[in-house]
Amino acid sequence: MKKRTFLAAALAATMATGVAADGHEPTKVGFIYVGPIGDGGWTYEHHQGLLAVQEEFGDKVETMYQESVPEGADAERAMTQMALQGADIIFTTSFGYMDPTINVAEKFPDVKFEHATGYKRADNVSTYSARFYEGRAVQGHIAGKMTQSNKIGYIASFPIPEVIRGINASYLWAKKANPDVEMSVIWVYTWFDPAKEADAAKALIENGVDVVLQHTDSTAPQAAAAEAGGVVTFGQASDMSEYAPFPRVSSIIDNWAPYYIDRVRAVMDGTWESKDTWDGIAPGMVEIGEITDAVPADVKAEALALRDAIASGETHVFTGPLNKQDGSVWLADGETADDGALAGMDFYIEGLTGDIPN
Amino acid sequence: MDFGSINPVLLIASLMVASTPILLAAIGELVVERSGVLNLGVEGMMIVGAVTGFIVTVETQSPALGFIAGALGATLLSLVFGVLTQVFLSNQVATGLGLTLFGLGISALMGQEYAQLRTPTSPRWEFFGLDELPVIGPIAFNQHPLVYLSLILVIFVWWFLKTTRSGMILRAVGENHDAAHALGYSVIGTRFAAIAFGGACAGLGGAFLSLVIVPQWTDGMTAGRGWIALAIVVFASWKAGRVLLGAYLFGGISVLQLNLQAAGIAIPVELLSMSPYLITILVLVIISSGRASASGQAPASLGRAFHASG
Amino acid sequence: MIRLEKRAAPSRIWAYLTPVVAVLATMVAGGALFALLGTDPWQAIRTIFWDPIFGEFAFYYRGQLLVKAGPLILIAVGLALGFKAGIWNIGAEGQYIIGAICGAAVGLAFYPMEARWLIFPLMVIAGAIGGFLWAMIPGILRTRFNTNEILVSLLLVYVAEQILAWMALGPLRNPEGAGFPGSRNLRNYESAANTELFAGTGMHWGVVAALIAVIFAYILLSRHLTGFHIRLTGESPRAARFAGVNPTRLVLFCLGVSGALAGLAGLFEVAGPSGQISIDFNVGYGFTAIIVAFLGRLHPVGILLAGLLMALTYIGGEAAQATLGLPAAAIQAFQGMLLFFLLGFDVLTNFRVRFGARAAA
Repeated sequence: MKKRTFLAAALAATMATGVAADGHEPTKVGFIYVGPIGDGGWTYEHHQGLLAVQEEFGDKVETMYQESVPEGADAERAMTQMALQGADIIFTTSFGYMDPTINVAEKFPDVKFEHATGYKRADNVSTYSARFYEGRAVQGHIAGKMTQSNKIGYIASFPIPEVIRGINASYLWAKKANPDVEMSVIWVYTWFDPAKEADAAKALIENGVDVVLQHTDSTAPQAAAAEAGGVVTFGQASDMSEYAPFPRVSSIIDNWAPYYIDRVRAVMDGTWESKDTWDGIAPGMVEIGEITDAVPADVKAEALALRDAIASGETHVFTGPLNKQDGSVWLADGETADDGALAGMDFYIEGLTGDIPN
Repeated sequence: MDFGSINPVLLIASLMVASTPILLAAIGELVVERSGVLNLGVEGMMIVGAVTGFIVTVETQSPALGFIAGALGATLLSLVFGVLTQVFLSNQVATGLGLTLFGLGISALMGQEYAQLRTPTSPRWEFFGLDELPVIGPIAFNQHPLVYLSLILVIFVWWFLKTTRSGMILRAVGENHDAAHALGYSVIGTRFAAIAFGGACAGLGGAFLSLVIVPQWTDGMTAGRGWIALAIVVFASWKAGRVLLGAYLFGGISVLQLNLQAAGIAIPVELLSMSPYLITILVLVIISSGRASASGQAPASLGRAFHASG
Repeated sequence: MIRLEKRAAPSRIWAYLTPVVAVLATMVAGGALFALLGTDPWQAIRTIFWDPIFGEFAFYYRGQLLVKAGPLILIAVGLALGFKAGIWNIGAEGQYIIGAICGAAVGLAFYPMEARWLIFPLMVIAGAIGGFLWAMIPGILRTRFNTNEILVSLLLVYVAEQILAWMALGPLRNPEGAGFPGSRNLRNYESAANTELFAGTGMHWGVVAALIAVIFAYILLSRHLTGFHIRLTGESPRAARFAGVNPTRLVLFCLGVSGALAGLAGLFEVAGPSGQISIDFNVGYGFTAIIVAFLGRLHPVGILLAGLLMALTYIGGEAAQATLGLPAAAIQAFQGMLLFFLLGFDVLTNFRVRFGARAAA
């Protein structure tokens, strides 16, 4: 019994010292990750965001995280746990956490929740996502210009709107840069299996592809391309600069840090409110990693110009006239795709071959 | 059917590479099981082999040392299994599963600092220009050394079990440990040696993943290959030659389905991604039908603890 | 010389004592691991083992223990029957997935009709049948074609995972889900929801089913002829055949029961704690249940306790991650250690440790 009182006192003491000079307790920030922080991709980049928050606010924040949290009941428990521990804001960083986030948010109206890539909101639940397809368009342009065989390949995980958007955006802009271009898509049907990604990259290369784009997070395709020689790749999720300047000639980087800092500050200031954020290149949520000198100077200049045009809003990635795969009209001349249609995209655009599973 | 741009020679060369981790782990597990021990911890040993191989390669810049370290690291882990099941007579199924859990955890802890690194590549062998030969060149004379090693191991294990005295003792221990003990053979010693061999093979398979196929260290990167290796041993009815067949069949279908997608063949993707598992089952059904019993040639003492009561 | 001497009968005292000794040993070894990682070992051990049951937020965690342990126990009880008879169903994970898909599909087919008395029971039946049929594939392949059930049941897990992804992306996808994968949330559909029976306790129909399964298995094994046949087959297949056991029927019975129970576990999970069919619906209960079955020494009551202990390490481990910043990998390694100690110390139940030279026989 004595020991427990001692522990309690010790706990109280540490909590007292944690109180900031202005009399406020540190703001507690929680993160729920779907993978391990060492995955080098999706979760790794979110964790970089956590570290940036820590850096920015120092001892005014207290961060906590839980990694490899399965979607469903386990996620709900992880969030509840953080809310019980006194978290002020919790970022739930996977689409599958959508319903659990809404459920837990209902029970803790004073805690703010931020759910990545979903569409359900509440008074204390915001959603946020990145317009990766903007980066895909820039990659598509480079791919179209760089291919010698006019065959580019795309390694895709599961047929969800996010992935389909990326395929369409890169194909569309590759085609604009090079009308002869063809694209093969391989669905690996897994989120995570580096060896399978390597095999998929090899299969593409052996079928004559000389530019490989990937919507999976490991560097396995980069290594496969390096071994084959003469095959171009792009970094995904993180910069993958260890394969620069070639085969990795550029990359799309998820940069969550500015958003996370912004939202945590809003909680501290008391200005946080529920909203939907879908940011792209302009605010820096999607970054185009360095385009290496393996890319000819004029192509590089065009790619950078495209990036800037997308950032300024001058160019929209999906602008009509644009048909669906079956030839029916999707966007009329000059019409741009609205966010609703983009969010639920479940069709290929004209020119892509093969079927989307289901 | 038009297979379009698929090149069968490259396909065979690739499937040999893709199957090698499974083949290595399976041939090791085969020896373990022939000695009467069921180690379900292959996945755990593979991933520990992958991480130790990768760490040592990064630190020493030598892939050769990396492979050795991968084998040693996994052997060390397999000895934990050995001590628990042979000395403390713990249940082999549960201990093996625990080994996988422990291996996945400890490998992630060990690899924390090594996630975003690149190792020196370990080149393939090119046999004095023989690799330039059409068809046979890319398949037989331009592979990674470990691909050859895996094939040599299959032959070695076949030879060892079939013709050597030690191999006979190992089989005797697996078939009837009490009789083997009565004849004066060391049951525990034989089984320890088999377990260590199985660990080393699984470790090599894991290191081949992290140093050659992927090559990178990521948490959980074996992604279930240890389980497939276990299935392949059963598929092979505990025969060395059939392990090769099973591993290449499974690896081959896995690579082929990706190639079919790349070539744009119109087969539903869901069906393609299930195909390696379904075809493996189908082939086993065909092979095993008409046989007397389902356990096939399973070693009679498989999974049973041995204690010398005399 | 230290050596082991077989006891004439398993020691009753050690049977109860070894788990305690093993947990204590794990605390010491695990504490060392945590200290090595720079975490206060006392606090880590307390967070994992004490806080979920007696700590500040125990009111929440106690319920969660049941939620986590329910499916583990339900599946493990079924598996134990087969394991006792030497029938190796390694693919409960697949049966769990198929049970969930079948049960959810039945529920979703009725949407938005409200008739709980009809829909929920039908879902339960569909879940059990789904798991049963999936387990019948290795069952029939073994009895008809002598195909080894270890391989078939294991590989069918991967097939089931592919079917799950296909269902989440295709036939069962929520038509109002804006194109995203995943079914409607069954928890928001009153007639199909596996709700908590008493709010805040974590007690749902799946937990009830697990308890019933424990009792049912206990009676089956200790009082019923089938239970006797199972034990006999496990100990000596030849003797069993002489005693008139029909091996084909026994294989189908054991695989069928374990498949149906795993299917039920999947159904209760998808209709309750999880709520929906999604690509990553399964989280490894089917494999962890194998460990639980052996930790419980294949005895229904032992399985009940082992399931709760396993659940505790999950829940406490998660808490330790969030509050102490321990990596998930450390918790996994810790669970592995716990298993090693539990399994290793078990030797004391059946053997006596003797020091010195061997006594004359």
